[in-house]
Amino acid sequence: MTNEKKTITNRDVPAIYPVKTKIQVSVIFFVVLAIYLTSMTWTQSQMAGGFTGALGNMFNVMVKFFPPNTAVIPAVWGPMVETIQMAIIATTVAAILTVPLALLAAENVTTNKPLYLITRTFLNILRTIPDLVLAVIFVGLFGIGLFPGILALIIFSLGILAKLISETIEAVDMNPMEAMRASGANVFQMIWYALIPQVLPQYVSLVLYVFEINIRASVVLGLVGAGGIGLILNQQLGFYNYPNAMMIIIIIFIVVIAIEYISTKIREALI
Amino acid sequence: MIQFKDVDLVYPNGTVGLKNVNLTINDGEFVVVVGLSGAGKSTLIRSINRLVTPTSGELLVDNEDILKYRGSDLRKLRTKTGMIFQNYNLVKRSSVIKNVLAGRLGHTGTLRSIFNAYKKEDVGLAYESLKRVNIAEKIYNRADELSGGQQQRVSIARVLTQQPKYILADEPVASLDPPTSHQVMTYLRKINKEDNLTTIVNLHFIDMAMEYADRIIGMRAGEVVFDGPVSEVTEKTFEEIYGRSIREDDLRGGADQS
Ligand SMILES: Nc1ncnc2c1ncn2[C@@H]1O[C@H](COP(=O)(O)OP(=O)(O)O)[C@@H](O)[C@H]1O
Ligand SMILES: [Mg+2]
Repeated sequence: MTNEKKTITNRDVPAIYPVKTKIQVSVIFFVVLAIYLTSMTWTQSQMAGGFTGALGNMFNVMVKFFPPNTAVIPAVWGPMVETIQMAIIATTVAAILTVPLALLAAENVTTNKPLYLITRTFLNILRTIPDLVLAVIFVGLFGIGLFPGILALIIFSLGILAKLISETIEAVDMNPMEAMRASGANVFQMIWYALIPQVLPQYVSLVLYVFEINIRASVVLGLVGAGGIGLILNQQLGFYNYPNAMMIIIIIFIVVIAIEYISTKIREALI
Repeated sequence: MIQFKDVDLVYPNGTVGLKNVNLTINDGEFVVVVGLSGAGKSTLIRSINRLVTPTSGELLVDNEDILKYRGSDLRKLRTKTGMIFQNYNLVKRSSVIKNVLAGRLGHTGTLRSIFNAYKKEDVGLAYESLKRVNIAEKIYNRADELSGGQQQRVSIARVLTQQPKYILADEPVASLDPPTSHQVMTYLRKINKEDNLTTIVNLHFIDMAMEYADRIIGMRAGEVVFDGPVSEVTEKTFEEIYGRSIREDDLRGGADQS
């Protein structure tokens, strides 16, 4: 009796995923696993001596970095501030330029389909260019210094910011916009009174987030000649002056952590 | 005065929203439009402020055909027609007073409104409107801190601040419980009497229609199938409008509780 009941329940309960999906997922899983395994063994054989050899070599280099040279602190302070300024200027410009772009790339605001698609495509293309490539191109065009770095960061952060903010705009409650249109408001008033209050906290949070990314990116960009602390770090490494380089890395580490901490606290308070 | 003359509306996908509608709504009337869901009540009301545009016929508001309106003419028409929605349509993150002041946007220049530089008398008017619906004590609360009934009262205050000539209310009580529904309808009725504001309300509760309307318009499949004073309306009339017998859920109930 109980046995019979059990079989019936078993038969009555359908699987959550259809069999076809299960097979597809399994196949994809094994293909990915296979790719991982082959690429792992391939990399191993390419590295002379494999992992163990690499680790030993790394240890030998690491020792040369210690102790860090604290005497360079006063000298690197200026470039560090330059790096931060680079990130601030780039983030600010990007935050301003983002507003029209994000509005044009939001389907619920830009009802003109071609205009929306053109903006979307433009932003997608922007985001496919890595920041380092941008920096190399601009350093080539304008020479070594802060300006090419700032330009690269602006374009890089514009791609991320406009995309994320246009998605925030697409998720807003459209009802108040309709109410304002029905009361005779024009498009600017609708955006200002119904849209901005809904996206402002997200906007500020995302700008701060992009600022954090820009601080780290501006260090890296300096390595390819785009000014700031990255440039100094690159020089010191080039001169094999490892204790100086180590001190610079520690300073960068502390500054990045401090800025991230403050920015995270502000973002938490906003949302 | 609002006049529909042979108005048809076919949506781009081919759905018929309005079919050969002929109506005259006189100043100061309190009209309730009834009909099943999908009958075309919203389409009728939203044609008047051109949130949707009829595809043929003439629609006269104060003796001007509004179907040709574009741009600033359209905005001027909309400042004349205040709208109340089922979901209140407030900016939830903004304060009550800011929401109510938004009713003045159509009367305010873009620059002035962007700098929040509302005229003193506009702010006074907004506060006065809040007092009229007994919610002035919530002036600085965020809209989403209020209950549904309170939010709908704020949206009525917003419409009052707009100082329109017509009020269009699309299912204003559909999201509210019976006592709150009666409260909201009572405010709409009171404003209609005090300010002589022509009011058109979509409802699907027949007991509420009977209680508050001067005149009832019945719609079915985009057509006006009944139009007459409340005194001429019986249960049979509703059965004809709805095309079926009356059920429990066609009634809001709770009339004695208000
Ligand atoms: N934007 C639209 N596009 C296409 N069809 C619509 C649109 N809005 C409403 N309709 C259709 O028009 C008819 C009337 O709708 P509506 O006026 O909203 O009725 P009601 O308010 O009485 O429920 C319905 O069949 C509805 O599906
Ligand atoms: Mg409707």
